Amino acid sequence: MSYLTWLVMIGTALLGGTAGVLGSFAVLRRRALVGDVVAHAALPGLCLAFLVIGARHFVGMLAGAFLAGLAGIALMTIVCRWTRTKEDAALGLVLSTFFGAGIVLSSYIQNIDGGGSRAGLETYIYGQAAGMLREDLFLICAVSALVLAILAAFYKEFKLLSFDPGFARAQGWPTLALDLTLMGSLTLVTVMGLPVVGVVLMAAMLILPGAAARFWTDRLERMLLLSAVLGAAAGMIGSLISAGVVRLWLGFDPLGFAEGQTAPTGPVIVLCGTGVFLFSMFFAPNRGLVARLWRWWWLRTKTGDENLLRTLYEFAEGRGSGAPRVTASEVAAARSWSARQLRRRLRRALSMGWVRRVADGIELTPAGRIEAERLVRAHRLWELFLIHGASIAPDHVDRDADTMEHVLAPEILAELERRFGAAATSGVPPSPHGIEPANQ
Amino acid sequence: MVEWFNSLSLDKQNDLWVVAVAALTNSACALVGCYLVLRRMSLLGDAISHAVLPGLVAAFVLSGSFDLWAMFLGAMTVGLLTGALTQSLHRQADVPEDVSMGVVFTSLFALGVVLIKRYAHRVDLDPDCVLYGLLEYTAFNLVQFGAYEFPEALPRMGLVLLVNTAFIVLFWKELLISSFDPAGAETMGIRAGLMHYALLALVALTTVASFEQVGSILVIAMLIVPGATAHLLTDRLGRMLVYSVVIATASAVVGHLLSVRLNTNTAGTMAVVVGGLYLAAALFSPRHGVIGALANNIADTLRVVREDLLALLYRWEEIGDKRPLGAREAIHSLGGGWRAALARYVSQWRGEVCREGSALMLTDRGRQRARALVRSHRLWESYLSAKLGLPADHVHEPAMRMEHYIAPELEAKLTAELSDVPRDPHGRPIPAPPSSDDSASASRG
Repeated sequence: MSYLTWLVMIGTALLGGTAGVLGSFAVLRRRALVGDVVAHAALPGLCLAFLVIGARHFVGMLAGAFLAGLAGIALMTIVCRWTRTKEDAALGLVLSTFFGAGIVLSSYIQNIDGGGSRAGLETYIYGQAAGMLREDLFLICAVSALVLAILAAFYKEFKLLSFDPGFARAQGWPTLALDLTLMGSLTLVTVMGLPVVGVVLMAAMLILPGAAARFWTDRLERMLLLSAVLGAAAGMIGSLISAGVVRLWLGFDPLGFAEGQTAPTGPVIVLCGTGVFLFSMFFAPNRGLVARLWRWWWLRTKTGDENLLRTLYEFAEGRGSGAPRVTASEVAAARSWSARQLRRRLRRALSMGWVRRVADGIELTPAGRIEAERLVRAHRLWELFLIHGASIAPDHVDRDADTMEHVLAPEILAELERRFGAAATSGVPPSPHGIEPANQ
Repeated sequence: MVEWFNSLSLDKQNDLWVVAVAALTNSACALVGCYLVLRRMSLLGDAISHAVLPGLVAAFVLSGSFDLWAMFLGAMTVGLLTGALTQSLHRQADVPEDVSMGVVFTSLFALGVVLIKRYAHRVDLDPDCVLYGLLEYTAFNLVQFGAYEFPEALPRMGLVLLVNTAFIVLFWKELLISSFDPAGAETMGIRAGLMHYALLALVALTTVASFEQVGSILVIAMLIVPGATAHLLTDRLGRMLVYSVVIATASAVVGHLLSVRLNTNTAGTMAVVVGGLYLAAALFSPRHGVIGALANNIADTLRVVREDLLALLYRWEEIGDKRPLGAREAIHSLGGGWRAALARYVSQWRGEVCREGSALMLTDRGRQRARALVRSHRLWESYLSAKLGLPADHVHEPAMRMEHYIAPELEAKLTAELSDVPRDPHGRPIPAPPSSDDSASASRG
């Protein structure tokens, strides 16, 4: 790897990590799109700084961009607070008007010196990571250190602000000043990132790592750490892909770029971030989509199984011994199941050994009976609670208990048993309302 | 008309075409934008106009040419996809709405830029043109239609404006109800969700049709700012739509003139002009403007402090202290500061209070008004105590606030309810109502 590749990789990794940490706060504080606004609002600042200084002075232009970004945030806050314009419209308003002003200024600059310097300004709109210099890297290091120091110093305050701003205000914290500090740091990092990934994509660098980390954990410390790692990884991998290093390692380009072509660094970094986000969204253990889907499927199956058992039990209870067996179609009719649902549930119950087929229908096995008793117990205890504890009419409790019986925890059942005394502790209590198995 | 147009110089013709196309485009954006602003979906236009990039590139690569319809189809698909993805990410994966929007449109934009570079040898798309548009070059692309010659964008933007207007007219009621009360709309049998997606399609259509001409940044500005400006000027939806079109057109005209004068980018100048119009409305709107609200606030504060001064002097007289109340003391006990000082001068100027030496005295006129106020105060105290059962030491504070807002009708009701209560909970008499001819003016305060 060449010196330049190392330089760009370290720079983008640092930027990604810092943006990730700061963006986590923005995501939690519901300010995710502020980065987008700041990035757009910075353009007129860049142009004005260029006009004032008269040359492409890196630090001077970033200072101009920083001030313009702050002005954008301040204007947005004022508009939200003092007019009836809502936050979303205020965001769009500041974003488009400032960026329009930036375009006007940049075309003005182009006119006064014949387009030579416009190219310089363009790099801020689309970003040009490959043009990074050693001085730029030093600046990124300095800004990252400063921003992380601010975060460390006000960690407790920012945490409170992110989760419960109302409480923070009531506790007497200077929430406005803290918010401005947070937004100021955000502006600083955004402006730093402009020459690397450009205006639109800087917003992504702020949002993606934090949003991805949120899937994995509910603890702020871990989320920050994770977003730093994810952001840095996205920056690193993206810069390596666009420098062609990954093509050397793999033998092919992951984005399908031909030999000699270079993928633009900024967008590739963002796409890496998107990949990380998508992976987290699907596969995070608890909040991920796959986990959610699995939990949902599992609860649905369990509910179906249990409904079958309880229905069989209550049919048998209602008819007494010696009566004709229950048939599967009777169960399906009682629960309004389709033939397919019935088949699936019956198959599962048969394979679990809870139900067996007999000559004229189906019946519970002893194991199935124990399971069914447990359920009916839960169902009726909850009904008792609704009737006596919540004063609900006996003919209104069955439906509610039907959904609760599947999710009642053992502690709650124990508590209900304690409340409803001896009647409930021995076996299955009688149903508090009449059961009509035929049209249940 | 045609002769007149042909008699103009080429420059003037060009100006007219640019303004015409820009006015059509801006108006089309502003119309749907009003609904976006009201439904708090403003940033959707931002998201869609960025996200269509990969759709354009994909259409370009797949159709292999600069086919307008293919491009339109591709952009439209991705535009709708953006809305749907944002929504489903928010709903299914429990991502906050702003985050899901930020993730979707930036990712799609990044994908678009990468695709452009990837197929650079086949795609002749300039990201710059996506941003700034080609408004300046409108008149370079003329088409012949019979005897007439006009820019190619003119009929297209006219059609989009027509579609938007037709949709709003046809679904006026549905849009109105589902914008202000989506839950209520559902119960009335209006498919609020369907309206949401119809609006989304309209935004996508408008964005995609416009941005090649005016650039995405002006599309965003025109989707949001005219609507937000009109919202500051009126509370009626119909007027809001009309105002927003006027604002959009005005910014097209003024923006173009300014950009010619200053030799700057047209789309950018229009965005700045419309931002300026918003600023003017935010400051000077009679009902919702910052300055109007500030003036109302100050007037209201001053009235309250002035009334407090009158009531204070009345109570002082009531106690029967021989020593008159000094002006300095009075201002101090009203909390001091510029408000109290100003209130004193205004009261003096209005002849409700006069100075005798260093002391402040009520004039007859002031006493009338003060009596009505103290009456309101004590009526309210009695009401709180007798009807709500509040203890006597808890009623003074709320009455201090209420006394300024008890209208004659309320006072009449209180009088009727408290006919058997001659004294307030602290044992002081409730002053009799002023004689009928001045009661209306005095008790309002």
